[in-house]
Amino acid sequence: MANLEPSKQRRGLVAINGAMAVIITLLVVQIWLLNATLETFLAGHKGAVLPAAIFSGLAFLGSLAVDFFVTRVDQESRK
Amino acid sequence: MPFLRSPSKEPLWKDEFSVFTSDERYVTRRQFTKFLTLASLGMFVGNLWILAKSRFAKTQASPTVEVAKTGEIPVHGVKLFTYPTPQNHCILIRTSEEEYLAYSQKCTHLSCAVYYSAKEDRLECPCHQGFFSIKDGSVLQGPPPRSLPQITLERDGARLLAVGVKGS
Repeated sequence: MANLEPSKQRRGLVAINGAMAVIITLLVVQIWLLNATLETFLAGHKGAVLPAAIFSGLAFLGSLAVDFFVTRVDQESRK
Repeated sequence: MPFLRSPSKEPLWKDEFSVFTSDERYVTRRQFTKFLTLASLGMFVGNLWILAKSRFAKTQASPTVEVAKTGEIPVHGVKLFTYPTPQNHCILIRTSEEEYLAYSQKCTHLSCAVYYSAKEDRLECPCHQGFFSIKDGSVLQGPPPRSLPQITLERDGARLLAVGVKGS
């Protein structure tokens, strides 16, 4: 970290770290969601299966968007 | 050991396909983010799989099977039977003169066979001390994550019939 310019590259790093925090949070929520859905499904309750799949899909799209953001910031910082 | 490093001014391909062997152990933030996104996709696919299973899986037929005659077992006595297939072991308990209850014998924790404890009036799993209520099969204590599936019973004269499974 010592050789970083205190400018665009540093800001890019902060943005990427923030994006990683967001994506990790989403992933933890998805892991919990998958576990809870499986438990309720095995217990014979099917009502939560569809909302859980939709929410998990939205979380994945969010992760994908963050991934694109990270790629873009990375490319920007290399210019 | 630093697994993450800051992006260099080198072109991306030089960063990812470095000629230095010592660089191979590094995982860039971008690679790590891609890995997390892939894991997120895995979670989503898992949820889709559960959804597909709940929508398209064939529901198991519930045959009507005679499991015992009334009065065949004493009060607080048990009888083992299989329902709805020979692989599904179940336990029938006579809790009072007129009440019979039946549950799957497979513990919902790690599938050990549960047994009836007349002294405690509950179903107990000997493997990890998981206890289930005799009233509805709900978990009283221990690691089981959900209730025991209950076998629906009907009386036909002196015959006790198993007609379905609740919560399987």
